[in-house]
Amino acid sequence: MYFNHRGERVSRASWKEMYRAFQNRQELIKAGLTSRRDLMKLGLLTAAGTLIPKRGLSWGDNNCRYGSTGCGNCSSPLTTPWTMSMPIMPAKQATPALTGPAPLINPNTAINPATGIAYEGRTRAHQAPPLGFPFPTTTLYEVRQRAAQIQVSPDLPLQTLWTFDGMSPGPTYVARYGTPFLVRNYNDLPAANGGFGLNSVTTHLHNGHTPSESDGFPCDYFAAGQYYDHYYPNVLAGFNSTHISTNGDINESLSTLWYHDHRENFTAQNVYKGLLGFFLLFNNYDTGDETTGFRLPSYPAYDIPMAFADRCFDPLTGQMVFDTFNTDGILGDKFLVNGVIQPVLHVSPRRYRFRWLNTGPSRFLQVYVTDLANPSASQPFWQISNDGNLLPKPVQVPAVALGVAERADVIIDFRQYAGKTIYLENRLDQPNGQGGPTGSVVSGGQGFLMLKIIVDGPSVADNSVDPATLPSYYVLPSVSASPLVTRSFDFDQTRDGQWTVNGRLFNCNTVRFKVRQNSLEQWNFNGGFGWSHPIHVHLEEFQITRGAPGLYGSSSDDHNNYSRWGSQYCWSGCSSNSSGVNLARKDVVRLIPRGNVTVKMRFRDWLGRYPMHCHNVIHEDHAMMLRFDVATTGDTNSNP
Amino acid sequence: MITRRELFAVRPAFAPPLSGREMMRKRYFPDVPLVTHEGRRVRFYSDLLKDKIVLLNLMYADCTASCPLITANLARVQKILDRDDVFFYSLTVKPVEDTPAKLRGYAEMHSIKRNWLFLTGKPDDLELLRIRLGWSDPNPEKDRKDKALHSGMCRYGNEPLSQWSSVQGSADPEWIATEIGFVLPRKV
Repeated sequence: MYFNHRGERVSRASWKEMYRAFQNRQELIKAGLTSRRDLMKLGLLTAAGTLIPKRGLSWGDNNCRYGSTGCGNCSSPLTTPWTMSMPIMPAKQATPALTGPAPLINPNTAINPATGIAYEGRTRAHQAPPLGFPFPTTTLYEVRQRAAQIQVSPDLPLQTLWTFDGMSPGPTYVARYGTPFLVRNYNDLPAANGGFGLNSVTTHLHNGHTPSESDGFPCDYFAAGQYYDHYYPNVLAGFNSTHISTNGDINESLSTLWYHDHRENFTAQNVYKGLLGFFLLFNNYDTGDETTGFRLPSYPAYDIPMAFADRCFDPLTGQMVFDTFNTDGILGDKFLVNGVIQPVLHVSPRRYRFRWLNTGPSRFLQVYVTDLANPSASQPFWQISNDGNLLPKPVQVPAVALGVAERADVIIDFRQYAGKTIYLENRLDQPNGQGGPTGSVVSGGQGFLMLKIIVDGPSVADNSVDPATLPSYYVLPSVSASPLVTRSFDFDQTRDGQWTVNGRLFNCNTVRFKVRQNSLEQWNFNGGFGWSHPIHVHLEEFQITRGAPGLYGSSSDDHNNYSRWGSQYCWSGCSSNSSGVNLARKDVVRLIPRGNVTVKMRFRDWLGRYPMHCHNVIHEDHAMMLRFDVATTGDTNSNP
Repeated sequence: MITRRELFAVRPAFAPPLSGREMMRKRYFPDVPLVTHEGRRVRFYSDLLKDKIVLLNLMYADCTASCPLITANLARVQKILDRDDVFFYSLTVKPVEDTPAKLRGYAEMHSIKRNWLFLTGKPDDLELLRIRLGWSDPNPEKDRKDKALHSGMCRYGNEPLSQWSSVQGSADPEWIATEIGFVLPRKV
């Protein structure tokens, strides 16, 4: 059976034509015919012209399956890959003093005479200072959300994106446990949006053990001209509940977090437009220094965050476009790493820690290391964390699957690739914005190449621990106790296309249930027919006790490894307990069509409102979300 | 295997960037002629959208599924909003059956009085709008069977500011009014 880009069945002949087109593209890449100069030399491009793809360069006329360009409502102009370096976002620098009024524990509701509205958009007092956290904090940051001109490819005009401090991804916060800080977040975004985006924002710290008022709740948005003081306690979960004597549970340390806009109804547009960045948390074990603690590769030289994204550009203007009225899911045909289309990274022949993040908006990824000289060879590497939580031990994996917002820290030893060029490749088959991935992966070299890695750096010392020696990181806390409450959530769509959780729609003011603070809860997630959803819970990480998702894969090259990688391949119909990389604490779980996943967690230390939602940001914006409140008294609503 | 002609077409450098509203108009808002339930001839973009704050939904007069419920719900939203500068437009998915007179009957049944037009026209024009505004299903088979598969999602937006999103037609009317409020002119 053969399908075209819209999922329609097509004849073998037309499928073969699409496939040939795709192969032609690969041929060009293999032949190194990807630079403008080469193409001009061959007379494939005139000095005056910009290229647009015709038959032979794209996989079908219009598809998102895999290949190079053209997809759904998206047919971006041709861009030459591997011409720009992969940006590495600078560390956010602290400020000696904040602009504007001194920070307050209560929201600053005084009217700013310059704007006529309140200085601050916050509505609730900071919870941390009364619990003994310093206020104001010694370390202060100030960030400004503003429009800026960003280069994403030498072949495209500058893009007017929305940024933190003029960068997208924004600067990386480098935080340490035990050092709380306040971030004053100014909204300087313009009303003029270039067609999408709303200059009313709320910044969520994804994975943070953050009090509700600083979490970036979707309805805590603040207007242009206002600021919002986010207080990040950088404290271990359990400090005020289950682990008071040790000031929190060291086994629940977080490492790779990210921040992104979470504006109700406009999250997808605002994040697509650039409002995201990394937030790294270190401690005495995960130190950022490879000579101490767990001896993970040193930050920032050998520890590199990578934000994956897919985007679409207008073929006539070359400007980034958003598919505004698509409420299924948006796939782009251009892959960006840290804000640049198909960039290049030079590394030394030693171990690196890469922190991978799928920023969406809707696409699921399965990331492989590919050597195009031997594309069918498996190139295993070590996964050390899941959603920013270090695993009990490193797990060797052939690939990493990432739904939107999922993270994986991996260690790749580039000694084996010294002098070579390898690629990060997404091989997951996803035909369009509907549904989700098919579950199939394509063969090596035939997916989307996202990043070119050239191992030509100087030989340098490597003091990091070899993950093959299976060092221990953290111990997984037990969740075997009986839950106080078991709740079920059906993620579905009404017959007329409205996204729902348990048949209901999101509303900022509707508290769907109350969790009793510090108690163990069990949540059962049930996927509707035909759709995949990456489900995210704020405030606490859960452990998956049933239906853990594994790697996608049914193509032949993966079958060869089936026994080797064992139960990690249980991407559908998984019923057993977690294993491998799923033996972990997580904050996003991929729910496959008709999938059933059970998770357990405790909501500790802080009180107030938090959301749970599908992190396909298109679904999230259109009501596949709910609000729950953590309270001193909970309810037992099992089907809220 | 690859010939030059197959591979490339040369074209001039990129066109200058469009303003947000121009970009939205070109991508999504064809200026097709329509007929209102009052029998008036209008153009979709120039008469209905341009310079306005609007909510758009999909329906047909004989619908017995969610359309009448959503219409009733939106009527409550209109009361809650109580504004003269927000316009509601309902596009029929059955333009052949839904004559202006029939739509007028539907409007009267729902006691719709002001700032709300029910729109019919040439089938091709209505179909173009349905596809452009994201109400078609990518699976053509499913789409043929039921053209109202995505009708629960209403579009809303502020045309001059090019702020657009979707809202669930079955949501609580206060909540829909809140969401439309996201694109109403704000202070600052």
